[in-house]
Amino acid sequence: MHGRPDKISATGPEQRFTGISASAGYARGPLFRFEAGAAKYVPSASPALETGTLKAAINKASARLAELIASTAGEAAEMLEFQLAMLADDSLTDPALASIEKGFAADEAWNDALAAEIAGYESSDDDYFRARAADLRDIRQQVLDALTSSESVSAPPGAILIGNDIAPTRFLATDWTQGGGIALSAGSSASHVAMLARSRGVPMVVGLGPLPDHDGIALLDAEHGTLLLCAGSEAAELFEASAKAFAGRQQRAQDYLRRPAVTASGTPVRVQVNIADPADVESIDISTCDGVGLMRTEFLFGKAGGLPDEDTQYRAYRKVLEWAGGKPVTIRTVDAGGDKPVPGFTVEEGNPFLGLRGIRLSLARPDIFRVQIRALLRAAIHGNLKVMFPMIAVPEEYGRAAKLFAEEARSLAASGVAHAMPPLGIMVEVPSVAIAPELFANAAFFSIGSNDLTQYVMAAARDNTAVAALNSVTNPAVLRLIEAVATFGHEHSIPVSLCGDAGGDPASIPYLLKAGLRDLSVVPAQLALAKAAIAEAEE
Amino acid sequence: MSVTASAKVEITHAVGLHARPSVKFTKLAKTFPATIEMALTEDGPWIDAKSIVKVMAAKAPKGTVIHLRASGEGASEAVDALVALVTRDFDEAAEGDVHARTA
Repeated sequence: MHGRPDKISATGPEQRFTGISASAGYARGPLFRFEAGAAKYVPSASPALETGTLKAAINKASARLAELIASTAGEAAEMLEFQLAMLADDSLTDPALASIEKGFAADEAWNDALAAEIAGYESSDDDYFRARAADLRDIRQQVLDALTSSESVSAPPGAILIGNDIAPTRFLATDWTQGGGIALSAGSSASHVAMLARSRGVPMVVGLGPLPDHDGIALLDAEHGTLLLCAGSEAAELFEASAKAFAGRQQRAQDYLRRPAVTASGTPVRVQVNIADPADVESIDISTCDGVGLMRTEFLFGKAGGLPDEDTQYRAYRKVLEWAGGKPVTIRTVDAGGDKPVPGFTVEEGNPFLGLRGIRLSLARPDIFRVQIRALLRAAIHGNLKVMFPMIAVPEEYGRAAKLFAEEARSLAASGVAHAMPPLGIMVEVPSVAIAPELFANAAFFSIGSNDLTQYVMAAARDNTAVAALNSVTNPAVLRLIEAVATFGHEHSIPVSLCGDAGGDPASIPYLLKAGLRDLSVVPAQLALAKAAIAEAEE
Repeated sequence: MSVTASAKVEITHAVGLHARPSVKFTKLAKTFPATIEMALTEDGPWIDAKSIVKVMAAKAPKGTVIHLRASGEGASEAVDALVALVTRDFDEAAEGDVHARTA
């Protein structure tokens, strides 16, 4: 993939192996068998000496792990801490020490004790626990290496490591700066190594089946999951072309993701993300966005166990606030009703989109709303929280909701519970607000919900394909309302953003920028594309 | 054992009682002098809640109700603390995605 001139060794017919991609990417390099050449342990004659030797080896392996932890961060460090905790547990070592008493050599005793543990994990039905067998094999190998004093040979830079399965410590000890990849006969895409490979961008394919003993250059296509040995010139050219296209796509997306969004004429635009579940944040790099423009809370209310209690809500909000660091997180109070029914909360209606939904329902059920308000007030101390109300149609609704916030804040203060009052804003999605925004000038901010605004302005349900053509955010009537809200906000220093699907739609973005919006919130999957579309816009 | 404290609690963590939560769980258990045991059913088998090898080998997925019992000094404090840890989802929600190292 680096266009190196060296010839692919064609010492035999072309061989293609197909497995499963565990980390996408392309690598071209010399094969390196990392499992070859283990030194042999020479046992002593006495169980007492063997016991001492095994304990010393475990201590040595633990010390090496501790060293590796010191130079590692994040998930990899946690995985190593897990290994270290396992090594420190007598339950792991006792069976081995008992075997030594019966006359087994230290290496054999250790091997057998770990084999039993490994078998336990391999027999699990659960992918996660089955993948932990690799950690146990890693632990076993580290102690065996310490017993034989063998330092494992490191792979040459840019090599493709092949073998049956690879240990996380082996992965961490390998220099990946010159490229390279991993091709495994077995392995799992749920393993720690696979997670590490994905986070570091190291191409990795698992489940390739038996691989021949082969030297020379190999081509690893970890986008499609193939390993090519003795590649002919046609296959090699195809590989280079795919690798180049992949790198180009990655580069463009990454370029836009990492840079702040700016239009072609230099206007900066804030791009935030929409989150439907706190788990979503695990796959988003906070440095690639300006915060959370919309965190939905319906996920909490749709669970089988009934309505969520205060602590469950508090933990979910706090998780996202802490993930965001100091960046703003705008949480929308529950928007149940419409197309989002919640058992025990919403009511059956003939025309739910025009019925008791959003803030109307919350105000009708203050018992439920107050629980959410307390959770939000408590979570507010953990970050830069903003709260907004959905489906506001008249100023009284905003006033009543704000009053409930004030009441709950007083009650928390009276009980000595830590809390803070976040800025309270409104969704602009009912046309009455978009037409007369001056009635809502006391709201801390506006967030345009373009999905609902469009369906209400055009009288075209967003879930009815028969009228889909009418449901267009770029209709001049809708755009005029958006522009009016943006202008009003600008003139009165009320921040205005947009959090509907249009914000992440490259075709709509130029229109939204032209209407005066400079703050869009998009689903994470559209983040790179939205930034690219902004970069091309003239506004 | 002569049980002086017991409780049961549901694992709500997405992956279950996996590597990182197990490290926290056993580290916390080890801070108490009491004998603490854990089981997946009321009838056992009961395992040492201070052993990460044993706790991990229980392979408790999300939704599992784990039973705890303890005896000796600080038994009820130990059970309370462990239940609280599980209820808090092992503080995973409270920590960032990269700095969840156990102290």
